[in-house]
Amino acid sequence: MKLKDILVLPECRVLSQGNPEREISRIFCCDLLSIAMGKAPSDGVWVTVMGNRNTLAVASLTDTACIVLAEGVALDEDTLSKAAEEGIAVLSTEQPAFDIALKIYQAGLS
Amino acid sequence: MSEQLTFTYTIDGNDFTRAGEASSSVKNKLKMLGVGSDAIRKVAIAMYEGEINMVIHADGGVITVSVSDNDITMVLADKGPGIPDISKAMQEGYSTAREEVRSLGFGAGMGLPNMKRFTDEMHIDTELGKGTTITMKVHL
Repeated sequence: MKLKDILVLPECRVLSQGNPEREISRIFCCDLLSIAMGKAPSDGVWVTVMGNRNTLAVASLTDTACIVLAEGVALDEDTLSKAAEEGIAVLSTEQPAFDIALKIYQAGLS
Repeated sequence: MSEQLTFTYTIDGNDFTRAGEASSSVKNKLKMLGVGSDAIRKVAIAMYEGEINMVIHADGGVITVSVSDNDITMVLADKGPGIPDISKAMQEGYSTAREEVRSLGFGAGMGLPNMKRFTDEMHIDTELGKGTTITMKVHL
């Protein structure tokens, strides 16, 4: 699955688009940054409700391809422009974490 | 690389949002030096956890990273309160972080265990009331 397959999902708003051709490895759900730090997969999609500057730092250091903010969580402009600089995609959705993770998973199967 | 390269960073103890900038900078430098991505990931994760710990517990400190042909060494030195019980601090889930830190998604008691897990060697030198120096190595 490529990042562009996720960017087109109608449930998500694209806040930073990253590199659409990037190949996605896995989907990962976690809200504790301490755990995400150790477990988030390289080139993964990370679904979380934790939206702050440190979320981006963790994504950057773990080589996460795409952050999906569930439950309508947002990120401030500064952090978003940093994400764009680093080529990390950021999406926001009103859906709960499980629902959107499942939809992304299903989009990758088709 | 025949010569040893050293980078030094001063960590600001008051700014939680900037924690991670030093690790990020090291990550980019190692990438430019052609270090393998597995080693870079290990260094970045271990150093970020250390950086966060310095901000949470020790009001900042100094991190020195040296790169040689065989390994990458990180030395994290702070003048914080010291660690009263290292074996407790090394247990996953044991944390003394403040509530405000927890609300940001940290303080789950994973910092030191992650640092150990992602490095090949780790040594903690701590003295109560004086500070802590942690030395970590990732082999290349």
